[in-house]
Amino acid sequence: MSQPPVRLREQEPSASRHTLSVLVENKPGVLVRIAGLFSRRGFNIESLAVGPTEHHEISRMTIVVNCAERPLEQVTKQLNKLINVLKIVELEPAVAVQRELLLVKVRADAETRSRVLETVALFRAKVVDVAQDAVTVEATGNRDKLDALIRVLEPFGIKELVQSGMVALGRGSKSITDRALRPIERGAAGPAQ
Amino acid sequence: MTDQTTTTVGPRAGQTSPARQGPVPSPRDLAARAPARDAAAPAPRRPDEQSAAQPVLMTGAQTLVAALERLGVDVVFGIPGGAILPAYDPLFDSRSVRHILVRHEQGAGHAAAGYAQVTGRPGVCIATSGPGATNLVTPLADAYMDSVPVVAITGQVPSGLIGTDGFQEADIAGITLPVTKHNFLVTEAGDIARTVAEAFHVAATGRPGPVLVDIAKDALQAKTQFRWPVPFDLPGYHPVTRPHSRQVREAARMMMAAQRPVLYVGGGVIKAGASADLLALAELTGMPVVTTLMARGAFPSSHPQNMGMPGMHGKVAAVGALQKADLLVALGARFDDRVTGRLDSFAPGAAVVHADIDPAEISKNRHAEVPIVGDCREVIIELTAAVRAERESGDQADLSAWWSQLEAWRATYPLGYDEPEDGSLAPQHVIERIGKLAGPDAVYVAGVGQHQMWAAQFIEHERPRHWLNSGGLGTMGYAVPAAMGAKVGTPDSAVWAIDGDGCFQMTNQELATCTVEGIPIKVAIINNGNLGMVRQWQTLFYNERYSQTDLDRVEQGTSAGTRIPDFVKLAEAYGCAGLRCETASEVDAVIKQAMEINDRPVVIDFIVHRDAMVWPMVPAGTSNDDIKVARDMAPDWDVTE
Repeated sequence: MSQPPVRLREQEPSASRHTLSVLVENKPGVLVRIAGLFSRRGFNIESLAVGPTEHHEISRMTIVVNCAERPLEQVTKQLNKLINVLKIVELEPAVAVQRELLLVKVRADAETRSRVLETVALFRAKVVDVAQDAVTVEATGNRDKLDALIRVLEPFGIKELVQSGMVALGRGSKSITDRALRPIERGAAGPAQ
Repeated sequence: MTDQTTTTVGPRAGQTSPARQGPVPSPRDLAARAPARDAAAPAPRRPDEQSAAQPVLMTGAQTLVAALERLGVDVVFGIPGGAILPAYDPLFDSRSVRHILVRHEQGAGHAAAGYAQVTGRPGVCIATSGPGATNLVTPLADAYMDSVPVVAITGQVPSGLIGTDGFQEADIAGITLPVTKHNFLVTEAGDIARTVAEAFHVAATGRPGPVLVDIAKDALQAKTQFRWPVPFDLPGYHPVTRPHSRQVREAARMMMAAQRPVLYVGGGVIKAGASADLLALAELTGMPVVTTLMARGAFPSSHPQNMGMPGMHGKVAAVGALQKADLLVALGARFDDRVTGRLDSFAPGAAVVHADIDPAEISKNRHAEVPIVGDCREVIIELTAAVRAERESGDQADLSAWWSQLEAWRATYPLGYDEPEDGSLAPQHVIERIGKLAGPDAVYVAGVGQHQMWAAQFIEHERPRHWLNSGGLGTMGYAVPAAMGAKVGTPDSAVWAIDGDGCFQMTNQELATCTVEGIPIKVAIINNGNLGMVRQWQTLFYNERYSQTDLDRVEQGTSAGTRIPDFVKLAEAYGCAGLRCETASEVDAVIKQAMEINDRPVVIDFIVHRDAMVWPMVPAGTSNDDIKVARDMAPDWDVTE
């Protein structure tokens, strides 16, 4: 589940990267159910981001997995069996906006600072903290952009970096939560027996 | 109401009942409340006097018991302890819920599973926090693998103590996450009734499975308003039961065109209550049927179209049918490795129609050309109608060549066994005779190992819900407690536990429960003095080096073991009838004697030959094509009649 070091990202030949958007009930223990399912069924999570949505009862997870088509189908079906999972959508990169957040602390003394800032500007990133010999840079973007930024900053000396998991939304006006919300509202109507 | 028969399940005559405010429900009461055998999901079985109208102020524990009563629960298996104690107080007053005090929580779990498998309704077990709850892990995992609806209720330390390593604290919800269909941790009294109702719903619907409800002690003690019925809060749970009609039509077309089709029937058919519908479909199409270990009884063993059990210890005809088929119609089966053998050589020429209520089973192990998600009964009914419709517009392929091939295999490679040369008892003979004498009305419950395979093979399984065993998890020790639960669920049937001496020593303490609670099961110990199946593998694959498989010590210069423990004495110590049988000539008489004893449990110690082996066999990890009929003897697939 933990994000591997940026430069070690390598794909298996037959596998490809898939982004799953998973709507789940906002309840304790849901994250461990999902993480546990992945580890127990032998699937690898490349990144996982979770947070609230426009509906307070629903959380949204964006899970990036690196696997072939058939295992992906199996993992989707297994996820769907979890009682707390409301909906799963695969977001194809072409029809989705995908973003990650990067915070990186770069060595920047009087001599190198201007070049660092130039790089930051080039990537439309911004400096969020300044110290005597370092700056902390915040950048968002897709993975390729952030990888490129890291590569360019590396020669200056990266002291520390942290990245979020990817979050993604489908392009266009449709919302994947629309249909998932209905059962939540309906929940109150279903009698016990 | 009084009970006139001798086959009683309930406190024994003359035994003092504990002081209770309500009368102890008699077996007849319990039976009268039980709906028909094949009833699917649980339903409230009596109109409720004090329903939703007025909320009543109760403790959380009282709402738990009230919910169980309103869900129609007639029996629970459990052991009290600190954290669950508040629940045991109102349970003491319940008129409709009978609590059966087991001796070990594992026994409660398997008993709940045995009850569920014969009745089709969720079985219930109760344990306290910590070790009580962790002792339920094995039966929950067992029920998960075999899709048995079990509801486990556990006490938890008070919510303020959770996470502090309190006395008898265990994160049982976390521990059972991978072995339950779902689980809940309840910390508010007001959530108990709803959660219990949800647990029953989740356990019994869709693909059935175990559900655990862990309740903090302070939630049991707090006061709350009790309302019933209570609305569910399960927005993400919508099992699909109606099959897709286009897929069904496509499957029917393939069934009409196939020249070597097989109906590959799994336990889902029994869970769906679809045996009669399966019979209609099989007879309509004339297709051969194989019934997996979990599906014995889904289709009568005596039916001419039943080719037997496939798999590692399956019949040659059943294994051959799958391997040479051009179409497999899998109904509620999951292509388990014990059925497929090496997957890449399993049924290489077959297209696959796979119907299952769990979409994740379809194409999990073997790609399905036609996936059908749905309840097996609905699938089979629609498939039958679709086949009928297809027949009106065209002919079904001629299956006579296929049948003559199948008949040749069946005639050439019947199940069989050799009588031991030293005159000792053949275990297969014992099991075969129990099946013959007790007949298809009896419920058979096996442990795990050689005796389980022989019981699957040599007993004629004619009816659904009459064959119970631990198929997926392979839990030694399953038989005695599961038989106890089965007997409680179906008090009018004879219940035979066919157990091994190894298995029996894992859970036989529940015989005390059976005697005290008046649950007269019959236990046939197939006693070969060793861990037979493991020993068989040592014989075949480990050069007869019998490392740690002898349970008995054979004295120098004698052939008899020390017989430790002495199962007859053990049975008597538990208040059971203890019988022993050592020769073939005594077998029938001893079985009949056991059948006559219905006022207490009976244990028969059948001393059998120590080296008997289960055949046929597909060695683990090899292809089904390499099945051996006996040691070093492979079948000739090209045999003709």
